[in-house]
Amino acid sequence: MAAISMRLPVARKPVGPSAPRGGEKHLVAPGDTITTDTGYMRGHGTYVEDEKLIASVAGAVERVNKLICVRALKTRYNGEVGDIVVGRITEVQQKRWKVETNSRLDSVLLLSSMNLPGGELRRRSAEDELAMRDYLQEGDLISAEVQSIFSDGAVSLHTRSLKYGKLGQGVLVQVSPSLVKRQKTHFHDLPCGASVILGNNGFIWIYPTPEQKDEEAGGFTTSVEPVPLSDREVITRLRNCIVALATQQLMLFDTSILYCYEASLPHRIKDIIKPEVMEEIVLETRQRLLHLEG
Amino acid sequence: MASKKKSEGEKLYIVHGVQEDLRVKKKSCEDYRCAEVETDVVSNKKKTARVKLGHTDILVGVKAEMGTPKLEKPEKKKLEFFVDCSANATPEFEGRGGEELGSEIASTLNNVFSSEGTVDLKSLCINPREHCWVLYVDVLLLQCGGNLFDAISIAVKAALFNTRIPKVRVLEDEEGSKEIELSDDPYDCIRLNVDNVPCIVTLSKIGYRHVVDATLQEQACCLASLLISVTSKGTFTSMKKVGKGSLDPESIFEMMETAKKVGKSLHVALQKVLDEEESLGTSRQKVGFLG
Repeated sequence: MAAISMRLPVARKPVGPSAPRGGEKHLVAPGDTITTDTGYMRGHGTYVEDEKLIASVAGAVERVNKLICVRALKTRYNGEVGDIVVGRITEVQQKRWKVETNSRLDSVLLLSSMNLPGGELRRRSAEDELAMRDYLQEGDLISAEVQSIFSDGAVSLHTRSLKYGKLGQGVLVQVSPSLVKRQKTHFHDLPCGASVILGNNGFIWIYPTPEQKDEEAGGFTTSVEPVPLSDREVITRLRNCIVALATQQLMLFDTSILYCYEASLPHRIKDIIKPEVMEEIVLETRQRLLHLEG
Repeated sequence: MASKKKSEGEKLYIVHGVQEDLRVKKKSCEDYRCAEVETDVVSNKKKTARVKLGHTDILVGVKAEMGTPKLEKPEKKKLEFFVDCSANATPEFEGRGGEELGSEIASTLNNVFSSEGTVDLKSLCINPREHCWVLYVDVLLLQCGGNLFDAISIAVKAALFNTRIPKVRVLEDEEGSKEIELSDDPYDCIRLNVDNVPCIVTLSKIGYRHVVDATLQEQACCLASLLISVTSKGTFTSMKKVGKGSLDPESIFEMMETAKKVGKSLHVALQKVLDEEESLGTSRQKVGFLG
Protein backbone atom coordinates (compact mmCIF):
# COMPACT_ATOMS: atom_id res chain seq x y z
CA MET A 1 0.00 0.00 0.00
CA ALA A 2 1.54 3.31 -0.99
CA ALA A 3 2.26 5.59 1.96
CA ILE A 4 2.95 9.16 1.07
CA SER A 5 3.29 11.65 3.88
CA MET A 6 3.46 15.33 3.14
CA ARG A 7 3.65 17.98 5.73
CA LEU A 8 4.18 21.67 6.27
CA PRO A 9 7.69 22.53 7.43
CA VAL A 10 8.19 23.41 11.07
CA ALA A 11 10.96 25.65 12.31
CA ARG A 12 13.80 23.70 13.86
CA LYS A 13 13.79 24.00 17.62
CA PRO A 14 17.16 25.08 19.00
CA VAL A 15 18.67 22.06 20.72
CA GLY A 16 18.87 23.00 24.41
CA PRO A 17 22.32 22.80 26.00
CA SER A 18 22.75 19.50 27.79
CA ALA A 19 23.98 19.61 31.38
CA PRO A 20 27.47 21.14 31.27
CA ARG A 21 30.07 18.67 32.35
CA GLY A 22 33.26 20.26 33.59
CA GLY A 23 32.43 23.89 32.94
CA GLU A 24 30.90 25.90 30.14
CA LYS A 25 32.48 25.70 26.72
CA HIS A 26 33.56 28.98 25.27
CA LEU A 27 31.95 29.04 21.83
CA VAL A 28 33.08 31.59 19.26
CA ALA A 29 32.14 32.60 15.75
CA PRO A 30 34.58 33.88 13.07
CA GLY A 31 35.57 37.41 14.00
CA ASP A 32 34.90 37.07 17.72
CA THR A 33 37.63 38.31 20.03
CA ILE A 34 38.93 35.51 22.21
CA THR A 35 41.21 37.57 24.43
CA THR A 36 43.09 40.84 24.46
CA ASP A 37 45.91 39.44 26.60
CA THR A 38 49.08 39.33 24.48
CA GLY A 39 50.77 36.65 26.60
CA TYR A 40 49.13 33.76 24.73
CA MET A 41 50.45 31.86 21.74
CA ARG A 42 48.04 31.52 18.87
CA GLY A 43 47.17 28.05 17.62
CA HIS A 44 44.94 26.72 14.83
CA GLY A 45 41.82 28.68 14.07
CA THR A 46 43.03 32.04 15.42
CA TYR A 47 44.81 35.12 14.16
CA VAL A 48 46.10 38.36 15.65
CA GLU A 49 44.78 41.77 14.67
CA ASP A 50 45.34 45.03 16.58
CA GLU A 51 46.85 43.12 19.50
CA LYS A 52 43.67 41.07 19.88
CA LEU A 53 43.37 37.34 19.38
CA ILE A 54 40.46 36.71 17.01
CA ALA A 55 38.85 33.42 16.00
CA SER A 56 38.79 32.51 12.31
CA VAL A 57 36.49 29.49 12.55
CA ALA A 58 33.27 28.75 14.43
CA GLY A 59 33.85 26.39 17.30
CA ALA A 60 34.99 25.88 20.88
CA VAL A 61 38.08 27.53 22.35
CA GLU A 62 40.66 25.17 23.79
CA ARG A 63 43.47 26.34 26.00
CA VAL A 64 46.55 24.34 26.90
CA ASN A 65 48.77 26.43 29.22
CA LYS A 66 49.75 29.32 26.98
CA LEU A 67 48.45 27.98 23.70
CA ILE A 68 44.94 28.97 22.54
CA CYS A 69 43.32 27.29 19.59
CA VAL A 70 39.80 27.03 18.26
CA ARG A 71 38.49 23.60 17.33
CA ALA A 72 35.88 23.93 14.60
CA LEU A 73 32.63 22.02 14.99
CA LYS A 74 31.83 21.59 11.31
CA THR A 75 34.98 20.88 9.41
CA ARG A 76 36.56 18.50 6.95
CA TYR A 77 38.43 15.55 8.33
CA ASN A 78 41.93 16.41 9.66
CA GLY A 79 43.96 13.23 9.69
CA GLU A 80 45.98 12.10 12.67
CA VAL A 81 48.34 9.15 12.79
CA GLY A 82 46.58 6.05 14.03
CA ASP A 83 43.03 6.99 13.02
CA ILE A 84 40.78 4.45 11.35
CA VAL A 85 39.14 5.74 8.19
CA VAL A 86 36.65 4.39 5.68
CA GLY A 87 37.32 5.74 2.21
CA ARG A 88 36.25 5.41 -1.39
CA ILE A 89 38.78 4.91 -4.21
CA THR A 90 38.63 7.79 -6.69
CA GLU A 91 41.68 7.16 -8.87
CA VAL A 92 44.11 4.39 -9.70
CA GLN A 93 47.57 5.84 -10.33
CA GLN A 94 51.06 4.41 -10.75
CA LYS A 95 51.95 2.51 -7.57
CA ARG A 96 49.19 4.16 -5.52
CA TRP A 97 45.46 4.75 -5.16
CA LYS A 98 43.74 8.05 -4.37
CA VAL A 99 41.12 7.66 -1.69
CA GLU A 100 38.36 10.10 -0.86
CA THR A 101 38.01 10.50 2.90
CA ASN A 102 36.09 13.78 3.29
CA SER A 103 39.30 15.75 3.92
CA ARG A 104 40.74 18.76 2.11
CA LEU A 105 42.95 16.64 -0.12
CA ASP A 106 42.47 13.13 -1.38
CA SER A 107 44.25 10.58 0.78
CA VAL A 108 46.89 8.31 -0.67
CA LEU A 109 47.14 4.53 -0.38
CA LEU A 110 50.51 3.34 -1.62
CA LEU A 111 50.81 -0.06 -3.24
CA SER A 112 53.53 -0.94 -0.77
CA SER A 113 51.15 -0.20 2.13
CA MET A 114 48.57 -2.65 0.90
CA ASN A 115 48.25 -6.29 1.86
CA LEU A 116 48.62 -8.70 -1.01
CA PRO A 117 46.07 -11.51 -1.18
CA GLY A 118 47.39 -14.52 0.65
CA GLY A 119 49.19 -12.33 3.15
CA GLU A 120 52.57 -12.62 1.42
CA LEU A 121 55.30 -10.20 2.30
CA ARG A 122 57.41 -9.46 -0.73
CA ARG A 123 58.68 -6.58 -2.79
CA ARG A 124 56.06 -5.20 -5.13
CA SER A 125 56.95 -5.96 -8.73
CA ALA A 126 55.89 -4.55 -12.06
CA GLU A 127 53.21 -7.25 -12.36
CA ASP A 128 51.70 -6.06 -9.09
CA GLU A 129 51.58 -2.56 -10.47
CA LEU A 130 49.76 -3.70 -13.59
CA ALA A 131 47.33 -5.76 -11.53
CA MET A 132 46.40 -2.89 -9.21
CA ARG A 133 42.98 -2.52 -10.75
CA ASP A 134 42.19 -6.14 -9.95
CA TYR A 135 42.61 -5.39 -6.27
CA LEU A 136 40.86 -2.04 -5.96
CA GLN A 137 38.86 -0.13 -8.55
CA GLU A 138 37.28 3.31 -8.65
CA GLY A 139 34.21 3.33 -6.43
CA ASP A 140 35.39 0.59 -4.04
CA LEU A 141 35.17 1.17 -0.31
CA ILE A 142 38.07 0.35 1.98
CA SER A 143 38.85 0.54 5.67
CA ALA A 144 42.38 1.65 6.47
CA GLU A 145 44.54 3.26 9.11
CA VAL A 146 46.43 6.53 8.83
CA GLN A 147 50.14 5.84 8.56
CA SER A 148 51.54 9.36 8.20
CA ILE A 149 50.65 12.86 7.09
CA PHE A 150 52.39 14.69 4.27
CA SER A 151 53.53 18.27 4.71
CA ASP A 152 50.57 19.63 2.73
CA GLY A 153 48.10 17.87 5.00
CA ALA A 154 47.33 14.90 2.75
CA VAL A 155 46.99 11.66 4.62
CA SER A 156 48.83 8.44 3.77
CA LEU A 157 46.90 5.26 4.54
CA HIS A 158 47.86 1.65 5.04
CA THR A 159 45.92 -1.61 5.20
CA ARG A 160 48.73 -3.60 6.74
CA SER A 161 46.52 -5.75 8.92
CA LEU A 162 43.99 -8.40 8.07
CA LYS A 163 41.17 -6.45 9.65
CA TYR A 164 41.50 -3.67 7.07
CA GLY A 165 40.83 -4.01 3.38
CA LYS A 166 38.04 -3.84 0.81
CA LEU A 167 34.51 -3.68 2.20
CA GLY A 168 31.76 -5.93 0.87
CA GLN A 169 28.01 -5.63 1.16
CA GLY A 170 26.62 -3.05 3.51
CA VAL A 171 25.45 0.52 3.92
CA LEU A 172 27.53 3.69 4.18
CA VAL A 173 26.37 6.65 6.28
CA GLN A 174 28.15 10.00 6.08
CA VAL A 175 28.19 12.25 9.13
CA SER A 176 30.37 15.13 10.29
CA PRO A 177 33.84 13.98 11.47
CA SER A 178 33.53 15.90 14.72
CA LEU A 179 30.68 13.63 15.83
CA VAL A 180 32.73 10.43 15.90
CA LYS A 181 34.24 9.87 19.33
CA ARG A 182 37.88 8.80 19.55
CA GLN A 183 38.02 5.38 21.12
CA LYS A 184 40.36 2.42 21.50
CA THR A 185 38.62 0.42 18.82
CA HIS A 186 36.40 1.49 15.97
CA PHE A 187 35.31 -1.94 14.78
CA HIS A 188 32.24 -2.99 16.76
CA ASP A 189 30.13 -6.14 16.57
CA LEU A 190 26.86 -4.90 18.00
CA PRO A 191 24.75 -7.42 19.94
CA CYS A 192 21.69 -6.53 17.87
CA GLY A 193 23.04 -8.53 14.96
CA ALA A 194 25.12 -6.23 12.75
CA SER A 195 28.65 -4.85 12.76
CA VAL A 196 29.72 -1.27 12.37
CA ILE A 197 32.98 0.51 11.52
CA LEU A 198 33.08 4.07 12.87
CA GLY A 199 35.56 5.87 10.65
CA ASN A 200 37.16 8.95 12.21
CA ASN A 201 36.50 10.81 8.98
CA GLY A 202 32.75 10.57 9.45
CA PHE A 203 32.15 7.63 7.10
CA ILE A 204 30.30 4.91 9.00
CA TRP A 205 30.01 1.47 7.47
CA ILE A 206 27.25 -0.88 8.64
CA TYR A 207 27.48 -4.47 7.47
CA PRO A 208 26.16 -7.91 8.42
CA THR A 209 28.36 -9.73 10.93
CA PRO A 210 30.43 -12.34 9.08
CA GLU A 211 30.03 -15.86 10.47
CA GLN A 212 33.57 -17.11 10.11
CA LYS A 213 36.12 -14.98 11.86
CA ASP A 214 39.20 -16.07 9.90
CA GLU A 215 39.98 -13.76 7.01
CA GLU A 216 42.00 -15.80 4.55
CA ALA A 217 42.14 -13.38 1.68
CA GLY A 218 42.35 -10.16 3.67
CA GLY A 219 38.95 -9.15 2.43
CA PHE A 220 39.45 -8.97 -1.32
CA THR A 221 36.61 -11.12 -2.53
CA THR A 222 33.14 -9.66 -2.09
CA SER A 223 30.58 -12.23 -1.05
CA VAL A 224 27.74 -12.26 -3.56
CA GLU A 225 25.27 -14.09 -1.37
CA PRO A 226 22.17 -12.09 -0.55
CA VAL A 227 22.01 -10.86 3.01
CA PRO A 228 19.10 -12.43 4.97
CA LEU A 229 16.03 -10.28 5.61
CA SER A 230 16.42 -10.19 9.40
CA ASP A 231 19.95 -8.83 9.10
CA ARG A 232 18.75 -6.28 6.57
CA GLU A 233 16.14 -4.96 8.96
CA VAL A 234 18.72 -4.56 11.71
CA ILE A 235 21.07 -2.74 9.33
CA THR A 236 18.33 -0.41 8.09
CA ARG A 237 17.22 0.37 11.63
CA LEU A 238 20.83 1.10 12.64
CA ARG A 239 21.26 3.35 9.66
CA ASN A 240 18.21 5.39 10.56
CA CYS A 241 19.32 5.57 14.21
CA ILE A 242 22.75 6.89 13.21
CA VAL A 243 21.16 9.49 10.95
CA ALA A 244 18.88 10.52 13.84
CA LEU A 245 21.83 10.85 16.25
CA ALA A 246 23.84 12.86 13.70
CA THR A 247 20.92 15.22 13.01
CA GLN A 248 20.55 15.88 16.74
CA GLN A 249 24.33 16.38 17.10
CA LEU A 250 24.98 13.58 19.57
CA MET A 251 28.46 11.98 19.72
CA LEU A 252 28.61 8.61 17.97
CA PHE A 253 30.18 5.66 19.70
CA ASP A 254 29.11 2.07 20.22
CA THR A 255 27.15 2.69 23.42
CA SER A 256 25.18 5.65 22.08
CA ILE A 257 24.31 3.76 18.88
CA LEU A 258 23.21 0.74 20.88
CA TYR A 259 21.03 2.78 23.25
CA CYS A 260 19.48 4.58 20.29
CA TYR A 261 18.74 1.25 18.63
CA GLU A 262 17.02 -0.05 21.75
CA ALA A 263 15.04 3.17 22.13
CA SER A 264 13.86 2.92 18.54
CA LEU A 265 12.55 -0.66 18.77
CA PRO A 266 8.93 0.30 19.58
CA HIS A 267 8.75 2.42 16.40
CA ARG A 268 8.57 1.28 12.79
CA ILE A 269 11.84 1.62 10.92
CA LYS A 270 10.56 4.21 8.47
CA ASP A 271 9.18 6.37 11.28
CA ILE A 272 12.58 6.88 12.91
CA ILE A 273 13.57 9.61 10.46
CA LYS A 274 10.44 11.64 11.10
CA PRO A 275 11.39 14.74 13.12
CA GLU A 276 9.10 14.11 16.14
CA VAL A 277 10.08 10.47 16.55
CA MET A 278 13.75 11.37 16.06
CA GLU A 279 13.65 13.89 18.91
CA GLU A 280 11.94 11.44 21.23
CA ILE A 281 14.41 8.63 20.59
CA VAL A 282 17.47 10.86 20.91
CA LEU A 283 16.16 12.38 24.13
CA GLU A 284 15.79 8.92 25.63
CA THR A 285 19.31 8.01 24.48
CA ARG A 286 20.71 11.19 25.99
CA GLN A 287 19.07 10.45 29.32
CA ARG A 288 20.39 6.91 29.42
CA LEU A 289 23.90 8.15 28.64
CA LEU A 290 23.75 10.76 31.40
CA HIS A 291 22.52 8.08 33.77
CA LEU A 292 25.44 5.90 32.76
CA GLU A 293 27.94 8.62 33.52
CA GLY A 294 26.83 9.82 36.88
CA MET B 1 23.13 13.99 -12.69
CA ALA B 2 25.77 13.96 -10.00
CA SER B 3 26.45 10.37 -9.05
CA LYS B 4 29.55 9.06 -7.37
CA LYS B 5 30.63 5.63 -8.39
CA LYS B 6 29.40 2.99 -5.96
CA SER B 7 31.19 -0.17 -4.99
CA GLU B 8 30.00 -3.61 -6.12
CA GLY B 9 29.06 -4.55 -2.59
CA GLU B 10 26.81 -1.52 -2.10
CA LYS B 11 25.05 -2.05 -5.42
CA LEU B 12 24.50 -5.75 -4.67
CA TYR B 13 23.08 -4.91 -1.28
CA ILE B 14 20.63 -2.39 -2.74
CA VAL B 15 19.49 -4.69 -5.56
CA HIS B 16 18.91 -7.64 -3.22
CA GLY B 17 17.11 -5.36 -0.81
CA VAL B 18 14.71 -4.17 -3.48
CA GLN B 19 13.93 -7.79 -4.43
CA GLU B 20 12.79 -8.39 -0.87
CA ASP B 21 10.86 -5.10 -0.69
CA LEU B 22 13.17 -3.68 1.98
CA ARG B 23 14.94 -0.57 0.79
CA VAL B 24 17.81 1.18 2.56
CA LYS B 25 15.54 3.55 4.47
CA LYS B 26 12.88 0.85 5.05
CA LYS B 27 10.30 2.01 2.64
CA SER B 28 8.42 -0.47 0.55
CA CYS B 29 8.78 -0.19 -3.20
CA GLU B 30 5.84 2.21 -3.31
CA ASP B 31 6.72 4.60 -0.53
CA TYR B 32 7.85 8.17 -0.88
CA ARG B 33 10.23 9.86 1.52
CA CYS B 34 8.66 12.41 3.79
CA ALA B 35 8.05 15.61 1.82
CA GLU B 36 7.78 19.16 3.10
CA VAL B 37 5.76 21.65 1.07
CA GLU B 38 5.66 25.36 1.71
CA THR B 39 4.18 28.12 -0.42
CA ASP B 40 4.85 31.85 -0.58
CA VAL B 41 8.45 31.64 0.59
CA VAL B 42 9.73 34.52 -1.49
CA SER B 43 8.08 37.86 -0.94
CA ASN B 44 7.80 39.07 -4.49
CA LYS B 45 5.19 39.42 -7.18
CA LYS B 46 5.78 35.77 -7.98
CA LYS B 47 3.72 33.08 -6.38
CA THR B 48 6.22 30.57 -5.09
CA ALA B 49 6.33 27.09 -3.65
CA ARG B 50 9.19 25.15 -2.11
CA VAL B 51 9.34 21.37 -1.83
CA LYS B 52 11.87 19.33 0.14
CA LEU B 53 11.77 15.60 -0.62
CA GLY B 54 14.55 13.98 1.41
CA HIS B 55 17.68 15.79 0.23
CA THR B 56 16.07 17.19 -2.92
CA ASP B 57 15.18 20.88 -2.62
CA ILE B 58 13.16 22.66 -5.34
CA LEU B 59 11.87 26.23 -5.53
CA VAL B 60 9.20 27.16 -8.11
CA GLY B 61 7.90 30.62 -8.92
CA VAL B 62 4.95 31.50 -11.19
CA LYS B 63 4.51 34.87 -12.81
CA ALA B 64 1.56 36.00 -14.93
CA GLU B 65 2.15 38.47 -17.75
CA MET B 66 0.07 39.68 -20.63
CA GLY B 67 0.88 38.45 -24.06
CA THR B 68 -0.54 37.65 -27.45
CA PRO B 69 -1.78 34.13 -28.10
CA LYS B 70 -0.37 31.79 -30.71
CA LEU B 71 -1.95 31.89 -34.13
CA GLU B 72 -2.98 28.25 -34.19
CA LYS B 73 -4.65 28.39 -30.78
CA PRO B 74 -6.42 31.74 -30.73
CA GLU B 75 -8.34 31.12 -27.54
CA LYS B 76 -5.59 29.49 -25.57
CA LYS B 77 -2.01 30.05 -24.53
CA LYS B 78 0.23 27.56 -22.87
CA LEU B 79 2.61 27.82 -19.90
CA GLU B 80 6.25 28.66 -20.39
CA PHE B 81 8.77 26.70 -18.33
CA PHE B 82 12.31 27.64 -17.47
CA VAL B 83 14.56 25.47 -15.29
CA ASP B 84 17.72 26.72 -13.63
CA CYS B 85 20.09 24.17 -12.08
CA SER B 86 21.87 26.16 -9.41
CA ALA B 87 25.54 25.46 -8.72
CA ASN B 88 24.50 25.10 -5.07
CA ALA B 89 23.25 21.63 -5.86
CA THR B 90 26.52 20.21 -7.14
CA PRO B 91 29.77 21.74 -8.50
CA GLU B 92 29.04 20.09 -11.87
CA PHE B 93 26.32 22.68 -12.46
CA GLU B 94 28.78 25.53 -12.36
CA GLY B 95 28.65 27.84 -15.35
CA ARG B 96 26.88 26.08 -18.19
CA GLY B 97 27.12 22.60 -16.72
CA GLY B 98 23.50 22.49 -15.65
CA GLU B 99 22.07 23.64 -18.98
CA GLU B 100 21.61 20.17 -20.43
CA LEU B 101 19.74 18.88 -17.44
CA GLY B 102 17.72 22.09 -17.25
CA SER B 103 16.55 21.90 -20.84
CA GLU B 104 15.69 18.21 -20.43
CA ILE B 105 13.51 18.97 -17.42
CA ALA B 106 11.88 21.94 -19.20
CA SER B 107 10.99 19.88 -22.25
CA THR B 108 9.58 17.09 -20.04
CA LEU B 109 7.39 19.61 -18.22
CA ASN B 110 6.23 21.04 -21.55
CA ASN B 111 5.23 17.54 -22.62
CA VAL B 112 3.40 16.92 -19.38
CA PHE B 113 1.34 20.08 -19.64
CA SER B 114 0.81 19.96 -23.39
CA SER B 115 -2.29 17.81 -23.35
CA GLU B 116 -5.74 19.35 -23.26
CA GLY B 117 -7.38 19.98 -19.96
CA THR B 118 -4.39 20.05 -17.66
CA VAL B 119 -4.71 23.72 -16.96
CA ASP B 120 -7.89 25.61 -17.65
CA LEU B 121 -6.45 27.76 -20.41
CA LYS B 122 -9.76 29.46 -21.20
CA SER B 123 -9.63 31.24 -17.86
CA LEU B 124 -6.33 32.78 -18.97
CA CYS B 125 -7.92 34.38 -22.00
CA ILE B 126 -8.70 38.11 -21.80
CA ASN B 127 -9.56 38.95 -25.35
CA PRO B 128 -9.82 36.19 -27.96
CA ARG B 129 -7.02 36.41 -30.52
CA GLU B 130 -5.58 39.59 -29.01
CA HIS B 131 -4.68 39.39 -25.37
CA CYS B 132 -4.22 36.61 -22.91
CA TRP B 133 -2.33 35.77 -19.76
CA VAL B 134 0.93 33.92 -20.12
CA LEU B 135 2.16 32.00 -17.08
CA TYR B 136 5.93 31.89 -16.75
CA VAL B 137 6.96 29.06 -14.44
CA ASP B 138 10.55 29.24 -13.15
CA VAL B 139 12.06 26.22 -11.45
CA LEU B 140 15.21 26.48 -9.34
CA LEU B 141 17.11 23.33 -8.30
CA LEU B 142 18.75 23.95 -4.95
CA GLN B 143 19.81 20.47 -3.99
CA CYS B 144 19.84 17.14 -5.84
CA GLY B 145 19.01 14.15 -3.72
CA GLY B 146 17.47 11.84 -6.29
CA ASN B 147 13.98 11.90 -7.79
CA LEU B 148 14.07 15.38 -9.27
CA PHE B 149 11.08 15.14 -11.59
CA ASP B 150 8.59 14.13 -8.93
CA ALA B 151 9.63 16.91 -6.58
CA ILE B 152 9.52 19.48 -9.40
CA SER B 153 6.02 18.47 -10.47
CA ILE B 154 4.75 18.62 -6.87
CA ALA B 155 6.26 22.09 -6.49
CA VAL B 156 4.75 23.27 -9.80
CA LYS B 157 1.31 22.11 -8.73
CA ALA B 158 1.67 23.82 -5.35
CA ALA B 159 2.81 27.06 -7.00
CA LEU B 160 -0.04 27.01 -9.51
CA PHE B 161 -2.49 26.40 -6.66
CA ASN B 162 -1.09 29.52 -5.02
CA THR B 163 -1.26 31.68 -8.19
CA ARG B 164 -3.74 34.50 -8.26
CA ILE B 165 -4.37 36.36 -11.51
CA PRO B 166 -5.86 39.83 -11.26
CA LYS B 167 -9.24 40.45 -12.85
CA VAL B 168 -9.16 42.71 -15.87
CA ARG B 169 -11.87 44.39 -17.89
CA VAL B 170 -11.64 45.26 -21.54
CA LEU B 171 -13.04 48.67 -22.44
CA GLU B 172 -13.72 49.57 -26.01
CA ASP B 173 -13.93 53.18 -27.01
CA GLU B 174 -15.40 54.84 -30.14
CA GLU B 175 -12.44 54.38 -32.51
CA GLY B 176 -12.37 50.66 -31.83
CA SER B 177 -9.10 50.61 -29.83
CA LYS B 178 -9.32 48.52 -26.75
CA GLU B 179 -8.11 49.47 -23.31
CA ILE B 180 -7.42 47.03 -20.55
CA GLU B 181 -8.34 48.12 -17.07
CA LEU B 182 -6.99 46.47 -13.95
CA SER B 183 -9.30 46.46 -10.97
CA ASP B 184 -8.14 48.62 -8.04
CA ASP B 185 -8.65 46.06 -5.35
CA PRO B 186 -5.43 43.99 -4.98
CA TYR B 187 -7.36 41.04 -3.63
CA ASP B 188 -9.79 40.90 -6.52
CA CYS B 189 -8.36 38.05 -8.50
CA ILE B 190 -9.14 34.70 -10.02
CA ARG B 191 -7.49 31.48 -8.99
CA LEU B 192 -6.45 28.70 -11.27
CA ASN B 193 -8.21 25.39 -11.14
CA VAL B 194 -5.49 22.85 -10.43
CA ASP B 195 -7.67 19.76 -10.18
CA ASN B 196 -6.34 18.39 -13.44
CA VAL B 197 -2.71 19.43 -13.03
CA PRO B 198 -0.65 16.23 -13.31
CA CYS B 199 2.21 15.07 -11.10
CA ILE B 200 5.14 13.07 -12.40
CA VAL B 201 5.81 9.66 -10.85
CA THR B 202 9.26 8.23 -11.54
CA LEU B 203 9.51 4.44 -11.51
CA SER B 204 13.04 3.02 -11.56
CA LYS B 205 13.73 -0.56 -12.51
CA ILE B 206 16.18 -2.18 -10.08
CA GLY B 207 16.79 -5.87 -10.59
CA TYR B 208 13.41 -7.49 -11.21
CA ARG B 209 11.27 -4.95 -9.39
CA HIS B 210 10.55 -1.29 -9.79
CA VAL B 211 10.67 1.34 -7.07
CA VAL B 212 9.12 4.74 -6.63
CA ASP B 213 11.13 7.71 -5.33
CA ALA B 214 14.66 6.42 -5.88
CA THR B 215 17.45 7.98 -3.84
CA LEU B 216 20.83 8.80 -5.40
CA GLN B 217 22.25 5.41 -4.39
CA GLU B 218 19.28 3.56 -5.88
CA GLN B 219 19.55 5.61 -9.05
CA ALA B 220 23.14 4.40 -9.44
CA CYS B 221 21.87 0.79 -9.50
CA CYS B 222 18.99 1.42 -11.88
CA LEU B 223 19.39 0.94 -15.63
CA ALA B 224 16.04 2.17 -16.87
CA SER B 225 13.24 4.32 -15.48
CA LEU B 226 9.86 5.49 -16.58
CA LEU B 227 8.51 9.00 -15.97
CA ILE B 228 4.72 8.95 -16.01
CA SER B 229 2.59 12.02 -15.35
CA VAL B 230 -0.72 11.23 -13.66
CA THR B 231 -3.63 13.52 -12.83
CA SER B 232 -5.65 13.21 -9.65
CA LYS B 233 -8.27 11.16 -11.49
CA GLY B 234 -5.69 8.64 -12.62
CA THR B 235 -5.40 9.64 -16.28
CA PHE B 236 -1.96 9.71 -17.86
CA THR B 237 -0.87 12.81 -19.74
CA SER B 238 2.61 11.79 -20.80
CA MET B 239 5.14 8.99 -20.49
CA LYS B 240 8.88 9.05 -21.02
CA LYS B 241 11.55 6.41 -20.70
CA VAL B 242 15.06 7.36 -19.53
CA GLY B 243 18.17 5.31 -19.05
CA LYS B 244 20.30 3.04 -21.19
CA GLY B 245 18.63 -0.23 -20.16
CA SER B 246 15.63 -1.79 -21.83
CA LEU B 247 12.17 -2.43 -20.45
CA ASP B 248 9.94 -5.40 -21.12
CA PRO B 249 6.37 -4.55 -22.22
CA GLU B 250 5.06 -6.64 -19.29
CA SER B 251 7.00 -4.60 -16.80
CA ILE B 252 5.84 -1.39 -18.48
CA PHE B 253 2.22 -2.42 -17.85
CA GLU B 254 3.01 -3.20 -14.23
CA MET B 255 4.76 0.12 -13.80
CA MET B 256 1.80 1.95 -15.29
CA GLU B 257 -0.55 0.29 -12.80
CA THR B 258 1.73 1.25 -9.91
CA ALA B 259 2.00 4.80 -11.24
CA LYS B 260 -1.78 5.16 -11.30
CA LYS B 261 -2.12 3.95 -7.72
CA VAL B 262 0.78 5.99 -6.38
CA GLY B 263 -0.19 9.08 -8.38
CA LYS B 264 -3.69 9.17 -6.95
CA SER B 265 -2.47 8.97 -3.35
CA LEU B 266 0.19 11.59 -4.12
CA HIS B 267 -2.47 14.04 -5.28
CA VAL B 268 -4.64 13.34 -2.25
CA ALA B 269 -1.75 13.93 0.16
CA LEU B 270 -0.64 17.12 -1.63
CA GLN B 271 -4.15 18.56 -1.74
CA LYS B 272 -4.55 17.91 1.96
CA VAL B 273 -1.36 19.80 2.80
CA LEU B 274 -2.24 22.71 0.51
CA ASP B 275 -5.72 22.99 2.00
CA GLU B 276 -4.27 22.82 5.51
CA GLU B 277 -1.80 25.58 4.69
CA GLU B 278 -4.52 27.77 3.24
CA SER B 279 -6.82 27.26 6.19
CA LEU B 280 -4.06 28.49 8.51
CA GLY B 281 -3.97 31.70 6.49
CA THR B 282 -1.88 34.52 7.93
CA SER B 283 -1.44 32.78 11.26
CA ARG B 284 0.93 30.29 9.64
CA GLN B 285 4.48 30.65 10.87
CA LYS B 286 6.67 31.16 7.79
CA VAL B 287 9.72 28.94 7.92
CA GLY B 288 11.41 29.81 4.63
CA PHE B 289 15.08 29.04 4.18
CA LEU B 290 16.45 29.88 7.60
CA GLY B 291 14.13 27.72 9.65
